Amino acid sequence: MKKYIDQGKNDTRSGYGAAMTELGRTNPNVVALCADLVASLKIQPFIDENPDRFFQTGIAEANMMGIAAGLTIGGKIPFASTFANFATGRVYDQIRQSIAYSDKNVKICASHAGITLGEDGATHQILEDIGLMKMLPGMTVINPCDYNQTKAATLAIAEYEGPVYLRFGRPKVANFTPENQKFEIGKALMLNEGTDVTIVATGHLVWEALIAAEKLEEQGVSAEVINIHTIKPLDEEAVLKSVKKTGCIVTCEEHNYLGGLGESIARVLANQHPTPQEFIATQDTFGESGTPEQLMEKYGLNNKAIVEAVLKVMKRK
Amino acid sequence: MAKLEELQDLVVQTRRDILRMVHNVNSGHPGGSLGCTEFLVALYNEVMELKDEFDMDGKDEDLFFLSNGHISPVFYSVLARKGYFPIEELGTFRLIDSRLQGHPTTHEGLPGVRVASGSLGQGMSVAIGAAQAKKLNGDKHLVFSLHGDGELQEGQNWEAIMYAAGKKVDNLISTVDRNGQQIDGPTKEVLPMGNLKAKFEAFGWDVVEVEQGNDLKSVIKGLQEAKSRTGKGKPVCIMLDTMMGNGVDFMMHTHAWHGKAPNDEQLENALSQNPVTLGDY
Repeated sequence: MKKYIDQGKNDTRSGYGAAMTELGRTNPNVVALCADLVASLKIQPFIDENPDRFFQTGIAEANMMGIAAGLTIGGKIPFASTFANFATGRVYDQIRQSIAYSDKNVKICASHAGITLGEDGATHQILEDIGLMKMLPGMTVINPCDYNQTKAATLAIAEYEGPVYLRFGRPKVANFTPENQKFEIGKALMLNEGTDVTIVATGHLVWEALIAAEKLEEQGVSAEVINIHTIKPLDEEAVLKSVKKTGCIVTCEEHNYLGGLGESIARVLANQHPTPQEFIATQDTFGESGTPEQLMEKYGLNNKAIVEAVLKVMKRK
Repeated sequence: MAKLEELQDLVVQTRRDILRMVHNVNSGHPGGSLGCTEFLVALYNEVMELKDEFDMDGKDEDLFFLSNGHISPVFYSVLARKGYFPIEELGTFRLIDSRLQGHPTTHEGLPGVRVASGSLGQGMSVAIGAAQAKKLNGDKHLVFSLHGDGELQEGQNWEAIMYAAGKKVDNLISTVDRNGQQIDGPTKEVLPMGNLKAKFEAFGWDVVEVEQGNDLKSVIKGLQEAKSRTGKGKPVCIMLDTMMGNGVDFMMHTHAWHGKAPNDEQLENALSQNPVTLGDY
């Protein structure tokens, strides 16, 4: 199978910060907002270079989302950033009315998504944000897998007109996609071609899926691995084409199985090509404190769990 | 400057529009709409500097954001009679496939509307963002917003009020429609909010009080006074005392007409108190 090399662990949020620094230099319409989490979002260089284009709202996320909506009136491209929990659930109605329903070109950039936030525990580990955001009409939902891809996605959404939810995380994870890659919103990426099973993954789970595929190869199972960085709009063709070949699928995400990528794919399959599917996702539960690795193990979100799910789903073909 | 009599004619005609719009669909919010008629007529026809054509960015003109979106009847009437869209379209208010949704929206492309509102408490934040975009663009024009007094019970307002003062958003004039009423009754019974003027001032705003919020001359004077206080490091608030249901005797001194339409007989009575001036839509 195709070999992917970790170019050195890094956090996806730093990819966001690096892209913001670049956008600060290249796109004068880009402005940044933050609700008292500048260091966590890695946007200090943007602020240093563009102090007039940064809006610190303090710990007031509802106001931040409204201000972001207002800044678009006059041609600005606001990147409103905070932790995923505070960027979605806390301000759902502000996003719904002032941004999504109002067709505002706001980029909601959410760090510390999912359970890998770790030690802070369930109050900060949102596992429902993809569902919340994908249900909003007109909202694009993107969950890149590593530093390089998060950087590329951040640059890409500045060029796209419309509201976007960009989800990334806290921990340092493998950085294995190409530097300076072209990011195409809504286009799934084929990482490894296979014939026995389709594994689609998003966010941090993409690397785990690749490790799982390697382990499966050792057991004689040929796994196709697809990186779905854009959950909405979903690349339905890529998924359908793959399952027509493999006949079964495992979906992998750091999110509740209710409302996540897996459900979006299940809808497509149920409509067009019913296929056995297993879900690597949290099982309608809150998270808890622990290291990211411990939590991924406990909640069944690592390569070991993916291998087990593959063996299970293949028996259902 | 338009003659005061002309503006007063527009006020009366706007009242007729409001009453006929809500009557036609037996729904909508006449009370607050009638209370803010003088304010919006004055704002759009005497105070704001506006371009002839609507565009979403609104550069090089003053902007207005309606936060208490339920008073859409008065907003739509004022916009239509200012020329943003044909006045005949007022007859489609709240009907299927209309651009005049129950609460204002950008979604249907209605000229004059720059953000959806209806879910309360969000408009001041949006107005602040637009005001800051104006500053970034070197645009000296102002941003106006309107809020219900009951609406200030929504916490987001106080985030916005704190921010606007803290960040010296001094190209913003936010008006509070202090009619003392909300759906469940008088604000002082539903949730007493204390001294709103003192609260805004304590947060760092410059506050202009207009005690005769249904008197065109007083409203214009208050708005001009507020304009003169912009650009001095503080956001400006107008505390506008209005009478819900103003201009229709049986709709005044009560919160009963917050979200209720008149029946045929009541409409006839209300319209007889406001004879045609500029012509019905």
